Amino acid sequence: MIDWTGYIGLILQGALVTIELTLMGSALALVMAFAAGLGRLSRFAAVRALATTYIEFFRGTSIFVQLFWAYFVLPFAGITLTPLQAGVLALGLNVGAYGAEVVRGAVRAIGREQHEACVALNLGRYQRLRHVILPQALPLMLPTFGNNAIELLKGTAVVSLISLTDMTFQAQVVRAQTGNTLIPFATVLVLYFAMAMAISAGVRWLERRAARGLDGVRV
Amino acid sequence: MEWDWAFVWQIMPTLLEGLKITILATVLGAIVAAVFGLVLAIARRSPNPLIARPVGFFADFIRGTPLLVQLYFIFYVLPDIGIRLSPLVAGVIGLGIHYGTYAAEVYRAGIDNVPRGQWEAARATNLSIRQAWIHVVLPQAIPPMIPALANYFIAMFKETPLLSAITVLELMNQAKSVANSSYRYIEPMTLVGVFFLVISLISVVALRFLEERYARVDER
Repeated sequence: MIDWTGYIGLILQGALVTIELTLMGSALALVMAFAAGLGRLSRFAAVRALATTYIEFFRGTSIFVQLFWAYFVLPFAGITLTPLQAGVLALGLNVGAYGAEVVRGAVRAIGREQHEACVALNLGRYQRLRHVILPQALPLMLPTFGNNAIELLKGTAVVSLISLTDMTFQAQVVRAQTGNTLIPFATVLVLYFAMAMAISAGVRWLERRAARGLDGVRV
Repeated sequence: MEWDWAFVWQIMPTLLEGLKITILATVLGAIVAAVFGLVLAIARRSPNPLIARPVGFFADFIRGTPLLVQLYFIFYVLPDIGIRLSPLVAGVIGLGIHYGTYAAEVYRAGIDNVPRGQWEAARATNLSIRQAWIHVVLPQAIPPMIPALANYFIAMFKETPLLSAITVLELMNQAKSVANSSYRYIEPMTLVGVFFLVISLISVVALRFLEERYARVDER
């Protein structure tokens, strides 16, 4: 009989790494999403081109290829990253590119009259964005951001392949040590699903908060 | 370390060999996903909640968990209960099931988007249920689905490098083995990236075409 408590402990340690990666990756993705999403709406052609290149590049290749590139090729350019740094960088930049399209779509969905009203009220570009456009665009972005965060969570499994000890990696360790396959893999599948549920519950809560005070502004 | 073109041409045949497997896995996976997604979509519409509920939960579970772990599950757990699969077959089944759950949502949305009045009109003009499906509902439901399905097809293509983790000798795995034996990572990894980028960009152009061709049926 195998003593499972130790092995389950190992998987839970991996779960912490997965959560850490998801949180840090999401933070970077959020920054990149707004930077590139607003960049695509810039009035400067160079900024638009830069944002478009970033988005197309990271959406065109898979997270796996980007991760391997960050981990194995960047050292030759003199940038050596730890597996955790490479993981956060690849996940954040990849999901950020998807998020950028969400930001752009949501900002563009805000009606022309809102922009015109801002001009009429003599608001500056920054004020317009900060006080009028974004508060209305944010609730539109949140549901898709939730899906993107779940995609990011699922993407973290890939970092196990560059020897980061996340949940998937630990499941493989447990498999190698015990020879049992069903228990480690079923456990991590359930844990991933629980995390995904937690993300969608959190996003629904945020949606309710963000929509507060917007009654009557939009249907 | 410098970029070496001679090395690039030397490894090109191996990488193209891998690319063939990548494309094969994508096409087979797409066929499995299209069929499996249809089964899921029909089961989920079942009037019997004992069928619809568990199928819905299964689809949510698959969509909420990583493809990599699902591949491991298929590749390592199934042999213990006597089902032995070759890596490629395991990979195709994994891709097919994962993207089948996404395809099911596309089918569901496509069918739900046909207005109720169309159904009622078809029934009122005395068409049988079969005729209503074939001549009225499906011709309106399918064209808007095509761009969405193509989108997931491209997404699936980009996920195929994961199959290297269960020892399928596709593009990524070939690149890794070349890199490991020659200790040169920069060319193989960059080339894999370029291959994926080029094929994705071409697919995106094709997708835009499909969107224009099929997205707005009612305006034709």
